[in-house]
Amino acid sequence: MKLIFERSVPGRRTFQMPKSSFPKKELPKAFARTEQPRLPEMSEVAIGRHYTQLAKQAFGVNNGFYPLGSCTMKYNPRVNEAVAALPGFARMHPLQPRDTAVGCHEVLDTARKLLCEITGMDDMTFQPAAGAHGEYVGLLLMKKYHEQRGDLKRTRVLVPDSAHGTNPASAAMVGFTVTHIPSDEEGCVDLTALKAALDDTVAGLMLTNPNTVGIFDKNILEITRLVHEAGGLNYYDGANLNAIMGWVRPGDMGFDVIHLNLHKTFSTPHGGGGPGAGPVGCKNLLKDFLPHSHMGDERLEHSVGQVRAFYGNFLVVARALTYILTLGKEGLPQASGMAVLNANYLMHQIKDDYPLAYDRICMHEFVLTLEKIKKETGVSALDVAKCLLDYGMHPPTMYFPLIVHEALMVEPTETENRETLDDAAKAFKAIKKQIQDDPESLHLCPITTPISRPDEVTAARNPIVRYAFEN
Amino acid sequence: MGSYLPSTRQEQQEMLEAIGLNSLRDLYTGDVPASVLLDDSVNIPKGLAEMVVRAKMERIASKNKVFSTVLRGAGSYDHYIPAIVSTVTSKEEFVTTYTPYQAEISQGVLQSIFEYQTMMCELTGMDVSNASVYDGASAAAEAVMMTQTRSRSKIYVASTAHPEVIQTIKTYCWGRDVAFEEIPQKDGLLDLAALENLPQDTACVYLQQPNFFGLFEEAETVAKLAHDAGAKAVMGFYPISLGICKTPAEQGFDIAVAEGQSLGIPMSWGGPYLGIMTAKKDMMRMLPGRIAGETKDSKGRRAFVLTLQAREQHIRREKASSNVCTNQALCAMTAAVYLAAMGPAGLSEVAQLCYEGAHYFADELSKLKGFDRVHKAEFFNEFLTNCPMDVHAFEKEMAKRGILCGLTVDNHLLWCVTEKMDKLAIDEVINVIKEVCGQ
Repeated sequence: MKLIFERSVPGRRTFQMPKSSFPKKELPKAFARTEQPRLPEMSEVAIGRHYTQLAKQAFGVNNGFYPLGSCTMKYNPRVNEAVAALPGFARMHPLQPRDTAVGCHEVLDTARKLLCEITGMDDMTFQPAAGAHGEYVGLLLMKKYHEQRGDLKRTRVLVPDSAHGTNPASAAMVGFTVTHIPSDEEGCVDLTALKAALDDTVAGLMLTNPNTVGIFDKNILEITRLVHEAGGLNYYDGANLNAIMGWVRPGDMGFDVIHLNLHKTFSTPHGGGGPGAGPVGCKNLLKDFLPHSHMGDERLEHSVGQVRAFYGNFLVVARALTYILTLGKEGLPQASGMAVLNANYLMHQIKDDYPLAYDRICMHEFVLTLEKIKKETGVSALDVAKCLLDYGMHPPTMYFPLIVHEALMVEPTETENRETLDDAAKAFKAIKKQIQDDPESLHLCPITTPISRPDEVTAARNPIVRYAFEN
Repeated sequence: MGSYLPSTRQEQQEMLEAIGLNSLRDLYTGDVPASVLLDDSVNIPKGLAEMVVRAKMERIASKNKVFSTVLRGAGSYDHYIPAIVSTVTSKEEFVTTYTPYQAEISQGVLQSIFEYQTMMCELTGMDVSNASVYDGASAAAEAVMMTQTRSRSKIYVASTAHPEVIQTIKTYCWGRDVAFEEIPQKDGLLDLAALENLPQDTACVYLQQPNFFGLFEEAETVAKLAHDAGAKAVMGFYPISLGICKTPAEQGFDIAVAEGQSLGIPMSWGGPYLGIMTAKKDMMRMLPGRIAGETKDSKGRRAFVLTLQAREQHIRREKASSNVCTNQALCAMTAAVYLAAMGPAGLSEVAQLCYEGAHYFADELSKLKGFDRVHKAEFFNEFLTNCPMDVHAFEKEMAKRGILCGLTVDNHLLWCVTEKMDKLAIDEVINVIKEVCGQ
């Protein structure tokens, strides 16, 4: 397909500004650019059609089943979008006088109250723009907490080997060194290893629960107690909160600080990779350290500072609030319960064809391991994922978590119906049959997509990261 | 209550039976300790129907005051957004998709990122751009972190930059235990004398152009002084200004970052916005976040993929260049559609109107008593003036008349004019100001 620059014709225009009504004034040469940027020159209809063609080569939740593990690709309710587009929200300047932005503050205050109750936290900031940004803030709070107590030797953060890559990366950004805690044979935190790692240099533990293999760690109370006894703090990675809303709260499990992914659990759209929102909640012992807007909020003496401008991704919060008000007290546990049921229902149908990494009741997602299949037939998790594309569904997350070899991580979410799950199971089974009959053919998948498998090695070796204009 | 669950109660029961359970609760009782398993959900209000929720949110929004005239910028700008922009960016295929991990079904998203990257390079004159980060302030913080090495660990930031950008960089420096220093200012501009003899461990100098007060800094000299010390020069730019103003590359900078909100994104009370990050080629592998690259598929056709992933957290974990995972993809697409709609001519017209309008307004203000400009230096579309009355009382009176006046900075006002204001509109504002100040 043509690039937008290849559709450009000199002199074509979409948008014309009115003629200047001001006295002519030239920018002094010293500040003026010498060449115009080579932006596209196109008619409005050409722009519209270009992006409509691009949209045809994109796949969203509204296109089909999207069981991308760890990402909670649930349906994004339209009413959320209608609310976010209200001029009373969208046209607000972030530095308006406070008494002209009462509604915006009410959105944040209400969302804070509800999300604190849902998670069992005491306070919350909406500044972080994404999950990883939230992790970063949570770790800053931990750093500040120990620093304030003069406990400067706490420089290690414990992270299970099954954790999201952002966990160790965030810890490094806060100057912590990372100690990896191995998982036990059930995919959960190895208590013996945890005990051995705990001492007075530990700042805290980062944990996802249910964890990245889709299992609720039944030792959770002991884990958080051990960390607390060693003087550390417990950080909850909220990536998997969609499994437990209204059933159990991180605050009750012993967590001190938590980030949420509003774009996962609370139904705001993923937008092709953002914008999301990663609010951070904490218990009272950390709330004095929460970030604030330097120009918009009252100064907090002990705050870690700020991690972006203003109040965060406000319109994302407005969408999430709309969702929470819609589902309410009884809707949240229903949603989580169905997310877990859908995962178990699908898992149950395909587990005889694809070995499970852990064969037991799962939470909202489960992990298959194709290690044996690969050894016997040469067909990898990647091959199966690519083959699923030909069945019109988005594949599961591949090769994560790292502790499972040839992993496929499946998260159906609660907004899928039974027929979709049944069809997905049929696709998995059909592929299994293909693996047995003609394993070689899987290496050629997908065959129905706009492109076949791209050459990623060359892309990384000789990076072409912008269009090369001819002139 | 509203619900987005397709399954009927009967289907739910049948599915439970299929896996050998009786109730949803059974899914939890095995592993969740009984002492923390909730009996009856969390303590929040009951769910509401869509119609009711919508009315409730509309009521909350109506408590805000939407100004018809906005003369305030300071990091968020009231530019006109062509109608085509939201038409494109509300397409459900773009809105409801995620990071394009599966290139075969995500060419549309990947190509749009590649096109965005190209446009950012054209705008700034730089060689490479990433797929975006969270906002302008976090982009600035990530940028200065790119320059820091074992032997160069001191970050110098112009005190004339946006205060929230400075604060954000400061937080990131504290996080990484990197030394942070603000460079003092003189008459609203960076004090160049303070940049003579920068120490050997200087990692970079961060400069905003035009600066927080709207003034043009002597950026080329700043870049030269940074380079003389062996350090990198990082610029924070204002995308709209680049319709007519010198690019960061022309001014000799190594990394250029920006708040991209002015490119078609509503002010949205501060977010979501767009963190633009561009750099010279030699810094490409230090960039955080996603980067789309061109390659070929197995049949030799042009294809796009996420590339240079060896920099990223999911591969390198604690050794990654940053923890950035998602970007602001839909906001980046917004900026790209905006720039396509504007084209080079339109963008330059917008910038010229901002420039001319602001200078006309400043001239008219200077004819009143007590609204003289505070600084002498050249400016783009923002400028600081005195105020003949208490600034907060002035702000309140203007607000009553539907005008969001310049931002109060101590006892001054930081005004901003965009292309939305024509001469007639400005003359009306001047009359209102006269009335408010009794002139």
